[in-house]
Parts: sequence; C-alpha cells; structure tokens
Amino acid sequence: MDQLPAIELRGLYRHFGERTVLRDVSLQVPAGSTLAVLGRNGAGKSTLLRILATLLRPHAGEVLVLGEALPRRGFAVRGRLGFLAHDPLLYRDLSGRENLGYHARLFGVGFERVEELLDAVGMRERADEPVRLLSRGMVQRVAVCRAVLHRPSLLLLDEPLANLDPAATDLVAPLIGRDCGATRVLTSHDPQAALAEADLVLGLEDGRAAFVTSPDKVDPAAVKRLYV
Amino acid sequence: MKTALTVLRKDLLLELRGFETLPAMVLFAIVTFVIFHFGLNQDTIDGQLAAGVLTVTLLFAALLGINRLFVAEREQGGFDAFLLAPVDRSALLVAKASALFVFLVVLEVIAVPAFGLLLLGPSLGPPLLGLIAVLLLGDVALAVIGTLVSAIAVQTRARDLIGPIIGLPLLLPALIGMARGLGPLLAMHGSTSPPGRWVAILALYDVVFALLSYAVFDFLLED
Repeated sequence: MDQLPAIELRGLYRHFGERTVLRDVSLQVPAGSTLAVLGRNGAGKSTLLRILATLLRPHAGEVLVLGEALPRRGFAVRGRLGFLAHDPLLYRDLSGRENLGYHARLFGVGFERVEELLDAVGMRERADEPVRLLSRGMVQRVAVCRAVLHRPSLLLLDEPLANLDPAATDLVAPLIGRDCGATRVLTSHDPQAALAEADLVLGLEDGRAAFVTSPDKVDPAAVKRLYV
Repeated sequence: MKTALTVLRKDLLLELRGFETLPAMVLFAIVTFVIFHFGLNQDTIDGQLAAGVLTVTLLFAALLGINRLFVAEREQGGFDAFLLAPVDRSALLVAKASALFVFLVVLEVIAVPAFGLLLLGPSLGPPLLGLIAVLLLGDVALAVIGTLVSAIAVQTRARDLIGPIIGLPLLLPALIGMARGLGPLLAMHGSTSPPGRWVAILALYDVVFALLSYAVFDFLLED
C-alpha cells in the first residue's frame, strides 16, 4: 500500500447558515486504503463526501485530495474521483446506456467501457429502458457504472450498497469493493459492514470527529454512542 | 465545444422524450393570440401594435422555457454530474442557451404563421427575411439572458419568481429593440427590411450579454 495520503484534512469546518455541519475534522487517508465514515443521520457524512468531491467548499481548514488543495485546485481532481451519491445522478427519461454514454462523452471515455460495465453489473439486457422504469437496485447498479466509468483513483461512496440485493452486491464488488484498486471513502448506516471493509474509521458525532482509528482499535461502545 | 454539443444533444433528447417544454410554449403562444384577437376586438392588427403583441407573446412563452431550463439538472442530479466532470463549465451555458434558442426557433416556426392567420393584417411574405433576422437576434438575447437568469434562479427557493423578476428588466432593451425592429415590417404597405438602428442595438446587446454571461457563469455554478 502506497503511504502517500490520498486525502488529508486539517481542521475542516463547513457551515450551512447558522449550523456548523463539520467542525475541526482532521485525518489522513493513505492511497489505496478505505476510510469508513460512521455517524447517524445529519452527522455530516454526506457533507464530507461532497467537499471531497469538490461539490461543496470547505469554510475553514485545509483539504488535500490526491495531492491537490481544494477548492483552489478542484479542476485538477475532477476526473480522477468517482462519486456515488444518494442520488444516482441519472436522467430518468434516458436509458441506462444513454446516461452512461452521456457521462462517457463528458469524461472522454470510449463507449466500449460503457458496454463492459453494463455487462459487469448484469444490466446489458435492460440498458435501453428509461431509468424511471428500472427498480431501485437496477438504478443503483447503473449509478455504480457511472461512478467508475473513468476508472477513478478515488471513490467516494455514500451508502453504496443501498437497494442492492446480495447477488447485485456481488456483481458491483469488483468495481467498488475492497479490491477495486482505488482509495475509497464510504459511508454506511451499518457499522459492522463498514468496519469489515475499512482500513481506517472516522466516527462523526454532530460534525466532530469522535474518533479516527483503525477498525481493530474501534471501541464498540464508542460506535454505539454515535447512533444514540 | 464538444462538451457543449454533448450537453445540448442530451437536452434535446430529454425534450423529445418528455415533450414537456415546447408544447407548453407553443400552446401558450397560440392561446395568447386568440385572447388578443377577442380582447382587442379587432379582426386584424398591424404595425407597432402587431409588433408589441408578437413580442410580448414570444417573451412570455420564452419565460416558460426559461423556468424549465435547469429543472432536470436540479431534480435529477444533472448539476452534480456535470460539475464532477473534468470539463469547461462554461460549456453548460453554451449548451443551455443553444437549447433554449432551438426551442424559441421551433416555437416561432409554429407561432408566427399562427399569428399571421389569427391576428395580423398584412401578409408575412414580403418582409419575411427581415422578420427572421429580427426574431433570430431577439432569440439570441432571450436565450443568453434567459440561461443566465435561470442558472441564478435555480439556486434559490423562490426560483419561479426570481426568473421573471431578474430576467424582465435585463431583457427590456432587447425587447424594445425587437418590437421596434418588427413594427415597420408588420405595417400595412410597410418596409421589407428592418430599421438598421434597432437591428444594430439588438446585435450589440446580444454580443455584450453573451460575453458577460460567459464571464460570470462559472461563478454561478460554485457552491
């Protein structure tokens, strides 16, 4: 594992109006490793991912992603990260293939990659149906394809297995799972599953880092407190 | 340019699939002509009155398109998806303005002949080229300023109000130019070419706002 940090946060703050959603968050994520972010609803997990994805600006502190300082060098990071959000970021009236074709053009990726990914997630036969007609699990599979289309070196995964059945989870594992080769940041409401995937764990409690440690050193009581 | 074409192609495909914006714009324009026909209690109109009716109708039909321009981006995550891509963000302005321009041209291809049938006294034949020139210059203004305003409005909660509130004052000079340019063309035994002064004002307005929009659009997309 390369020890150069893929992500480095120092004293990160983010506010929404009067509310401080992230406060003084600091950590380092080595390249090629997986950071699991735990915390209850509203703890700041999605906000952290959106800042790392260059979609939100940090209000204080330093954010380095893939060696580039955000938000100033955001343009240098886009195209090297893949973001799987709550929202699949797919147009409902376009088919899965058309959506992926659109993203392939934006990212300068060949269409053979679209077909390769549709095959990989078992969506080739339903790829020409409008996304609005697909089940949530199928939409999530297409969204996974969108996130990894350009072979990103950093994957930001917000509840990546939401709506996926065990078979679909197995299908997307080579693309976004532990062995996909990319540095990963993932959020989950299932602490046990997240801990099993992680090399590093961040527990967020009302925007503060309650703990940043390796999974084997995580105190189960501390994890439980996050969700109380 | 390649990115702008990609986004434009997607927008036109979405409109072809959904048929949500253009039919509403066309229907609005035709119904407005019918209302004017009975409201003015005149079988036919011409000259500056006809130019005013046509300009106002096209403006309000355009507002429907302007309000819907970024709806799919806001509701279906299109903004985020675009912002994650390693592309020039101004391409979104070019694509959206081009899409709105296409909608306006299609609207006029249907609405202007309908205007000729329902309200206009003089024939549309002789001044047709001048009419097309003024309408196209007006469409550029509506498309560029409409896109800029729509991009501002979509970030706010009162987006349906913000569009017209900001857009109408910004569009005023272009609308005056459009109406004044159309007036002599729609007059009985009127001119076959538009007045050069108003055409020049419209063209200048288009260029200034196109450059201004290009300069500020990136900042509108920032968090």
